[in-house]
Amino acid sequence: MSKLKRLLADYGAFGLLVIIVVSLWEWAARTGKVPSFIIPAPSKVLEMLYEQKQALLWVHTPATLKEALIGFAFSFAGGITIALAMHFSKLVEKMLYPFVLFSQTIPVIALSPIFVLWFGYDIWSKIAVTVLVAFFPIVISCYDGFKNIDQDYVDLLRSMGASKWKIFIKVEVPFAMPSLFSGIKMAVIYSIVGATIGEWLGASEGLGYYTRRMSGNLNAEGVFAAVALLTVLGLVLFSIATFIEKSFLKWNRKS
Amino acid sequence: MSVCLENVSYTYPGETKPVIFNFSAHIEKGEFVSLIGKSGTGKSTLLKLIAGLFPCEEGIISVNGKTPGPGSVGYMPQRDLLLPWRTVIDNIMLPLEVQNKRNLTKADAEEWLKRIGLIRWKDALPKQLSGGMRQRVAFLRTLFMGSEVLLLDEPFAALDALTKREMHDWLLSIWKELDNTILFITHDLEEAILLSDKILLLHADHKVEEIIVDLPRPRSVDMVYWPEVQTYRKTIEKKIANE
Repeated sequence: MSKLKRLLADYGAFGLLVIIVVSLWEWAARTGKVPSFIIPAPSKVLEMLYEQKQALLWVHTPATLKEALIGFAFSFAGGITIALAMHFSKLVEKMLYPFVLFSQTIPVIALSPIFVLWFGYDIWSKIAVTVLVAFFPIVISCYDGFKNIDQDYVDLLRSMGASKWKIFIKVEVPFAMPSLFSGIKMAVIYSIVGATIGEWLGASEGLGYYTRRMSGNLNAEGVFAAVALLTVLGLVLFSIATFIEKSFLKWNRKS
Repeated sequence: MSVCLENVSYTYPGETKPVIFNFSAHIEKGEFVSLIGKSGTGKSTLLKLIAGLFPCEEGIISVNGKTPGPGSVGYMPQRDLLLPWRTVIDNIMLPLEVQNKRNLTKADAEEWLKRIGLIRWKDALPKQLSGGMRQRVAFLRTLFMGSEVLLLDEPFAALDALTKREMHDWLLSIWKELDNTILFITHDLEEAILLSDKILLLHADHKVEEIIVDLPRPRSVDMVYWPEVQTYRKTIEKKIANE
C-alpha cells in the first residue's frame, strides 16, 4: 500500500498529464481536427503495433537493439580507454582532448553517408554512427570523474605510503564511478539514437529503417509505432543502467 | 629523540616568500606537542613535510633517526576523509591494505572499536555516523598506520563545542594507553593547554616560542577551569597579541 502511495506521489502528476494529453490527442485525431497522416490517433498507433507485432518485435526491434548494444560496447571500451590514457598521461591528454571535443562538433548526419561508403550497408556503418555519438559522454564523464577527485583523499593515501596503483584502485576508481555512470546512462540513450540514424542511411531492417519506409508511404501510424518502440527501448536500457548504478553505488545514494 | 627538525625552510613552488623559514624543533618520544599560530604560519605545511607529502629541500627532518617518507608517520587531516563506500571497520583497515601489512588484524580493529564504544557501528557506512564518531574512526585509522609518530592537523576543528569537549575527554582517556608521539595543530588554546606537554607558538616572522605545559597527568577535561590553565591561556594570548 505504502509502495503504491509512493509511486503515486512520485509519478502521479506525470501520469495524469500523460492521460490528459493522450485523451486530447485521441479526441483531436478522431474528430478530424488533425489529419491522420500528420498525427494519427493513439489508438490507431496501438492497432498498428498489434498488427505489425511480428515484424516490429521480432525483426526490427532486435536489429536496432543489436546495433545499439554493439555500438555501446565499443563506445564504452574505447571511451574508457581514452579517458584513462588522458588521466594517466598529460601528453595524451593534451593531444586527444581537443579531438574528443571536435568529434562532437561534427554534424553526424552530414558525415554518415561517408560511413556507408567506408563501412558498407551492413551493420558496421550503423555501429560506426552509434559509436560516434555514444562515445563522447563516456569519455567526458570518465575523464571528469577522475579529474574532479578530491586531492585530499589522494594525499591521505600518499601519506600512508600508497603506490600510484593502490591510489588508483582504492580511491580514484570508486570516486569516478558516479560520474561514469551518468555518462553511461546518457550513452545508452544516444546509442539508440545513433543506431536509428544509421539505419536511415540505408538498411534492410531495424526500427529506424522501418520509420523511414513508413513515412515514405505516408503511414504515420507505422512511424509512431516504431518511435514508441524506440522510446521503450531507450527507457529499458536507461533503467537497466540505473539499476546497475544503484546496486553498485549504494554509498552514493542520498538517504 | 622522536622527531627532529633542523633549520627547515619551505617555499611553495611558484612563490617567493617562504612559508616556513629556519624552523627547528625537537620532540621527545611519547611527547604531546601542539602547534599554534595564526593562519599562514606554515603549521599544516610543516606536518605535510614531516608526513613526506612534500619534499623537504632545505634543512633536515628526521623521525626516529630516519628521513621520513610516505608511510612512516600517521597523518590525520582536519576532514575525516573516510572513504564513503567502506564500512567503519574497512576504513580502519585501509592503511594495512595499502601497505600490504598484516601486523594488525580485523580482530584488533574490533577490539579498538569496543574500547572507543563504536563496536555496534563496525559495519556502518561513514554517512551514518555523527561528526564526533567519524573523527574517532579517522583517529583509529591513523593509529592503524602503525607508526609511533602521529600528526594531527586540527582534528576537532569542525566539531561543535560540546562534541569537541567529549573528544578531549576521549583522547585523554586513550592517550594513557598509547605510547605515541603526537604533533597536534589547533587554533583552540584551551585544547592545546589541556592536551599538550609542550606548545610551539609559530609567529608570522618565523620565530618560534616554546611553552612547556607543566600540568600533572593523567589529565581530565575539568582541568580547563583550573587557574593554572587560565594563566597559561592569558600568557599565550598576550604573546600572540604582541606580535
